[in-house]
Amino acid sequence: MPALLRNTLFRNQALNITAFIIVSVIKTVLSLFVLLTAVAYTVWLERKVVGHMQNRWGPTRVGPFGLLQPLADGVKFLFKEDLTPPHVYKPLYIAAPMIAVVFALTSIAVVPFGNWIKIGTLHIPLQITDVNIGLLIILGVTSLGVYGVALAGWSSNSKYSLLGGLRASAQMISYEISLGLSLVGVLMLAGSLSLRDIVDAQRGVFWGFIPRWNIFYGGQFIAFFIYLMSAYAETNRIPFDLPEAETELVAGYHTEYSAMKFAMFFMAEYANMITVAAVASLLFLGGWHGPVFGPPILRALLPVFWFVLRIFGFLFVYIWVRGTLPRFRYDQLMAFGWKFLLPLAIANLLITALVVAIRS
Amino acid sequence: MLHLILFLVFGAVCVAGAVNLLAQRHPINGALSLVAVMGSLAVEYLLLGAEFVAAVQVIVYAGAIMVLFVFVIMLLNAGVEERTKGSRVALLFGVPGMLLGSVLIGWVLLGHGAETVPVGALPGAPKVIAWLLFHDFLLPFEVTSILVLIAIMGAVVLASHPDTEQGKKES
Repeated sequence: MPALLRNTLFRNQALNITAFIIVSVIKTVLSLFVLLTAVAYTVWLERKVVGHMQNRWGPTRVGPFGLLQPLADGVKFLFKEDLTPPHVYKPLYIAAPMIAVVFALTSIAVVPFGNWIKIGTLHIPLQITDVNIGLLIILGVTSLGVYGVALAGWSSNSKYSLLGGLRASAQMISYEISLGLSLVGVLMLAGSLSLRDIVDAQRGVFWGFIPRWNIFYGGQFIAFFIYLMSAYAETNRIPFDLPEAETELVAGYHTEYSAMKFAMFFMAEYANMITVAAVASLLFLGGWHGPVFGPPILRALLPVFWFVLRIFGFLFVYIWVRGTLPRFRYDQLMAFGWKFLLPLAIANLLITALVVAIRS
Repeated sequence: MLHLILFLVFGAVCVAGAVNLLAQRHPINGALSLVAVMGSLAVEYLLLGAEFVAAVQVIVYAGAIMVLFVFVIMLLNAGVEERTKGSRVALLFGVPGMLLGSVLIGWVLLGHGAETVPVGALPGAPKVIAWLLFHDFLLPFEVTSILVLIAIMGAVVLASHPDTEQGKKES
């Protein structure tokens, strides 16, 4: 049996194949639905928060507090005319947004969002599939996402798009190294690549009251800093949003896109933000650990709530940074990535390895 | 059974991607077919039970090296390549080479000198790979890393122009 199936089945021996398939389909559909809704409302949150930071209201017209704004936007995107400029290379021009959004949504498949729940004899992990190389799969899938951006830039056949695409691919390759290296320290502390095991390794407290999250325990706050910076660059967000810098490149790689194709890039960006936030919570902030109390139903759902709360906090910081910092210059971006973050990540890796080796 | 079907399907995708790579006239389509080949190879590894190798295949080859390829093609703005009638050398050595290769593969597949392993039985967990790399084959591993380092230094030397004014300023 391949690793994917074997792993999930061994941990729920009560499940037979049919129940497994039904539960998997339900989990997949539910996760996808929640993720897409979260993407839509992250956009709303961003507009609202940045609005308040800039002393204006943000969306207010559609529904109470503008809460139906994402719905209105979605309808608008669907009914807008889908222009295809005559000078584009059509196959890739159409495929690029699909590539971007597919890879952005795929990585949710291995993200665990809570403990186990028990329904009758079924013992269901709150995760679409528990793979023992979960983290590597997330890294692999997100590293493929760059094709969407790069190909969009190239196939649009316009100078702004091409420059945006080039910048995006250079930036994403550069920062992926620091991002990967910053995670290795956490892996060494947990001794596993499975996201569930990594979270389980962060259970409990030390010195009586401080939670054993990786950001506190084992000195991984440096790694967290590196991860934070690289994650901003990976998702092309301010202060690293050079690929779509309006002042120089109109809109960068998606200049030539309109209607739903443009919306797909937008969805991919926000889905990537959520994935990055989820990984940060799982690896550095203790995943779903938190006070759990009350009746069984509350006990099952509170971990999910704590996890979502962490993701929300991370997204808020994202938006906060966007409302605060100006954009870097491109040479500053590259120098920061290669000459500062990378050596720092390697130093952190060496020190963590030393500590782990001495302790064992 | 399901895994065998998947294995065959992705094997077919892999071969189709490789053939498409040769047939395509635009470099970027060629590069993307190679990405498809890498991706389906990763799935094959996964089905064989080598999950770590599969993940590394995607991250390193499909996610990093091929992105660099695409990057270079975009940067050079390479156009559609011209068809030639092929070279005589390729005909002279290529056809016998290919025949020899197919005979060799056929020989191996028919069970001479190769052991077969059931699907998913190969050891592929990260721990096993790590033990092999950093314990059993430590010296070859380190030697390879020095080789890569030398290659990087060579690239830097080739890219810099120590003779020109600009190069002196940079170095």
